[in-house]
Amino acid sequence: MIAIDDKVPHPKLDRRQLATRYDALAKVTGRAKYAAEFRVENVAYACIVQANIPSGSVASIDQAVASRAAGVYSIITPFNAPKVTVPGNVNLLQDTTVFYSGQPIAVVVARSLPEAEQAARLLRIEYKGQPAKLGFNGRLKDARAPKRGGEGAHRGDPAASLAKAAVIIDQTYSTPVQNHNPMEPHATIASWEGDKLNVYDATQGISGVQGSLARAFSIPPKNVNVQCPYTGGGFGTKGGVWSHTYLAAMAAKFAQRPVKLVLGREQMFGPVGSRPNTSQHVKLAASSEGKLLLVQHESTCYTSLMADWIESAAAATALLYDSESLTTAHNLVDLNLGMGTWMRAPGEATGSVGLEIALDELADKLKIDPVQLRLINYADKDPRQGLPWSSKNLRECYSQAAERFGWSKRNAKPGQHREGNKLIGYGMATANYGAGRRPSSAVVRFLPNGRVYVGVGTQDLGTGTYTILAQTAADTLFMDPALVDVQLGDTTLPLSGGSGGSTTAASVCPGVYDAAVQARLKLAQLAVADAQSPLHGAAAEDVETRDGKLCLKSDGSKSELITAVIARNGNTPVEATATSEMPKDRNTFSSHSWGAIFAEVAVDADTHMVQVRRMVGTYDIGTLINHTTGTNQLVGGVVWGISMALHEESLIDNTYGRTVNENLAEYHVPVNADVHEIDVTAINIPDYRFNPLGARGIGEIGITGAAAAIVNAIYNATGKRIRDLPVTVDKIMQA
Amino acid sequence: MNPFNYQRATAPEEAVRAASAHGAKFLGGGTNLVDLMKYNVEHPTTLIDVTRINSAQINTTGDTTMIGAGVRNSDLANHESIRTNYPLLSQALLSGASPQLRNMATTGGNLLQRTRCYYFMDTAFPACNKRIPGSGCAAIQGFNRIHAILGASGGGSKDATACIATNPSDMNVALAALNATVHVTGPKGNRTIPFAEFHRLPGTTPQLDTNLQPDELITGVELPVPKFAKHSYYLKVRDRQSYAFALVSVAAGLEMTGNTIHSAGLALGGVAHKPWRSLEAERSLTGATASPAAFKKAADLALAGAKPQEHNAFKIELAKQSIVRAFTLAAQEQRQGAQA
Repeated sequence: MIAIDDKVPHPKLDRRQLATRYDALAKVTGRAKYAAEFRVENVAYACIVQANIPSGSVASIDQAVASRAAGVYSIITPFNAPKVTVPGNVNLLQDTTVFYSGQPIAVVVARSLPEAEQAARLLRIEYKGQPAKLGFNGRLKDARAPKRGGEGAHRGDPAASLAKAAVIIDQTYSTPVQNHNPMEPHATIASWEGDKLNVYDATQGISGVQGSLARAFSIPPKNVNVQCPYTGGGFGTKGGVWSHTYLAAMAAKFAQRPVKLVLGREQMFGPVGSRPNTSQHVKLAASSEGKLLLVQHESTCYTSLMADWIESAAAATALLYDSESLTTAHNLVDLNLGMGTWMRAPGEATGSVGLEIALDELADKLKIDPVQLRLINYADKDPRQGLPWSSKNLRECYSQAAERFGWSKRNAKPGQHREGNKLIGYGMATANYGAGRRPSSAVVRFLPNGRVYVGVGTQDLGTGTYTILAQTAADTLFMDPALVDVQLGDTTLPLSGGSGGSTTAASVCPGVYDAAVQARLKLAQLAVADAQSPLHGAAAEDVETRDGKLCLKSDGSKSELITAVIARNGNTPVEATATSEMPKDRNTFSSHSWGAIFAEVAVDADTHMVQVRRMVGTYDIGTLINHTTGTNQLVGGVVWGISMALHEESLIDNTYGRTVNENLAEYHVPVNADVHEIDVTAINIPDYRFNPLGARGIGEIGITGAAAAIVNAIYNATGKRIRDLPVTVDKIMQA
Repeated sequence: MNPFNYQRATAPEEAVRAASAHGAKFLGGGTNLVDLMKYNVEHPTTLIDVTRINSAQINTTGDTTMIGAGVRNSDLANHESIRTNYPLLSQALLSGASPQLRNMATTGGNLLQRTRCYYFMDTAFPACNKRIPGSGCAAIQGFNRIHAILGASGGGSKDATACIATNPSDMNVALAALNATVHVTGPKGNRTIPFAEFHRLPGTTPQLDTNLQPDELITGVELPVPKFAKHSYYLKVRDRQSYAFALVSVAAGLEMTGNTIHSAGLALGGVAHKPWRSLEAERSLTGATASPAAFKKAADLALAGAKPQEHNAFKIELAKQSIVRAFTLAAQEQRQGAQA
């Protein structure tokens, strides 16, 4: 059961809601086409061959038998691959080095996928193995600072603050390696016409794919067209451009025919990025009244030997609470594994585990309510540079969520609430995620048939971008959103950017807003200059659009149909392209989204199985643009929090360097039976300093704090503090 | 997947004849075999589809019930007489897999379900005595949290017969506790195999899961007189509430008058290469009064001789706690088959 509450009306725009998602009908009828579903004439099928040693090199690949197998067109290996320009995070068969088990080392192109896969098995591959760096815990002592990035924060005098402390918490928390598993795996179809490359790609950033392929193949970006009208989930793994996308284009060139390359589920574990594990050392020092004096958060994660990538778990710690002293740091352990990458709330999702469990331990030790402890240390301005927040209503989140949850019924003493064999516990945590935005372009076009066309070079991951852009245009132009046509996912459209870091809504909506305003102005200029128009002679700035008409703001009796203006314009559509501008004062405030998340768990006293009975979250994310898509994002994040707390872990063998549970039967994510009541509300107070719509991103905050709230609830239920995720029955039993 | 021949058998004799060809395999619901073919773990030369010839009937004659090998797991679990007389079996089936898989999976196929050992299922691991006899056992030095604690063949990871795999089936655990009999047909005619002798321990031949010959076809499973219709419980402990294999499962049945136990059935899943039935534990309960102490004693007997691996020592205590819990619930008056 999912409760949605949105009582506060949007104060500025006459918000027009689409009753269902813009793309709902296309998706449920199968009309929505995903990258691998496009029909391309004469297409061949490719499969990637992966290394099965963790370190060393490919000594030889005997392809004699494989080449003769039925249906085989081409086999590309490090020994015959064309030269391309390679970024550091992918493997494009340019040399024989093996950095991890699962690394692409060859591509087979054949008439059908089964024939490609069969030929791949017939390759005789010889390796020259090297001792591999595996086993994170055994190598923690070798942790090093990142080559760049991941800088720590520092404030106050840690030693002096520590000396004053009445209570100290000093613990280590760990989170496992995770792999993204969107419903749609990675997929690319590539075809060449001369030096022009056409690509269908499952991606979170069509323009990033365009630029990356242009650089790799040394052609101008305009020669690369990337299409992705629908993405079947990304969660960060489709934010970058991985080996298979380049290899599909390389194979198409090599085999001289279009090539389709779809990754198998097991290929999602390694070659397309992982959320690195973390080992987080957290030290909290507080006064007896609960005032934080010192916060120290040092997080160490693995990084691939291919390149540094930091899971910046300690980054948000610097801004969450007001403590007089603070230090944060990130360290890396080099391993023979695939690249780390962004996964939903990279940094915040993992970092909130360490910090928010430590705060629960502090509250327990101080005998202070966990919500109260957070209020005592509430940061009224950004503690980093002292900047004001553009908008922060976290106090309201705590109180509203606590009220909806029934937090006052919690017994602070663990193990007191029992129902038969079930031990019941309550826990909570703070949620947070940064608010970012970037310039984004859009075209808005008034059509002769009365409809409005919106085109943006962004992509919809399933998050609702189509829906909110139809609404934004309709809001801006005061029209029915059902009359707006939206086109996305094509690099011939005005440049936008990648969909990641919860920046999409905050970036693309202002772009469409600006383009709509300018298109309306052009329309108004046509009308006021036209002697046949009832608006003739008025000031263009005095003209507004309302439900398909142009009208004067100063005299509502004067109006005419937009279609009439366009008809007199020779039925030529009126359009404008605009790029949203960043606010000029953006360095004078700090923007973040906030939330409070509460959990109720039932832990079986005999089997130690945990059931998350309820999750209640209230979020301050600025304007909630659309109920359906927005709350869906929050709920999805909370469900992933359940997964993180209880289920999810990529098990990487320390000898072979392979993920052993590389399928959805053994890589556990919550099933319906694991997810019960989720009550998500947005307080819906617009943040107009941040952008003209008052909307901050919403995609990632739901996962933050959720796992910690569950772990804290398990402590309240059982008196057992588990500091190593996921919390499985054996860990509870043996605690 | 490798190329293979497909043929649909029209009579058991024909199926058995076809199965004598090297590398031939019977195809039931395909829920396990087809996956393993895609992973290149199984590479049959011929698939003999037996879904048209295997009985999909459940017949009760006198005191016994015969389940056709072709009965789908969903149909079996929801069959009136099974729910009434053998609720333990129904409950075990419904705790396994997903509705979609249960709709496809057959009784005969479920008996032959192969292990979910990570190192067996990924051919990139060079050491698996079950997949490549004599190659060693990568699980012994790897992730063995889900592996066996009873009846495994020992030795180190390089030992040519070592195997710590478990049988993943829930149905099998209930059938072991119910003391079922497997009916098969082969080139030499029909024969029956007591359930306890159907699955094997790894011993020196971990590549063999069962005592069925390659050209023998399972035709049905016979259930004896129902003894545990009123008092039984299937308890499954796992890493999520549904669609996960058992860390430990317990099929517990009691035949009781008042508080006195006349006979007991006990089998464990997730702990051994075969469903682990403990006759010692069952006998210890015969004539006993249902009590936590009696159940604890049975639990200790059932886990006697357990040997953990690096990551699964928890299973010993977890199994004991689960046995006590399952018997305690079974001893209570007949309940509907809700999970604990």
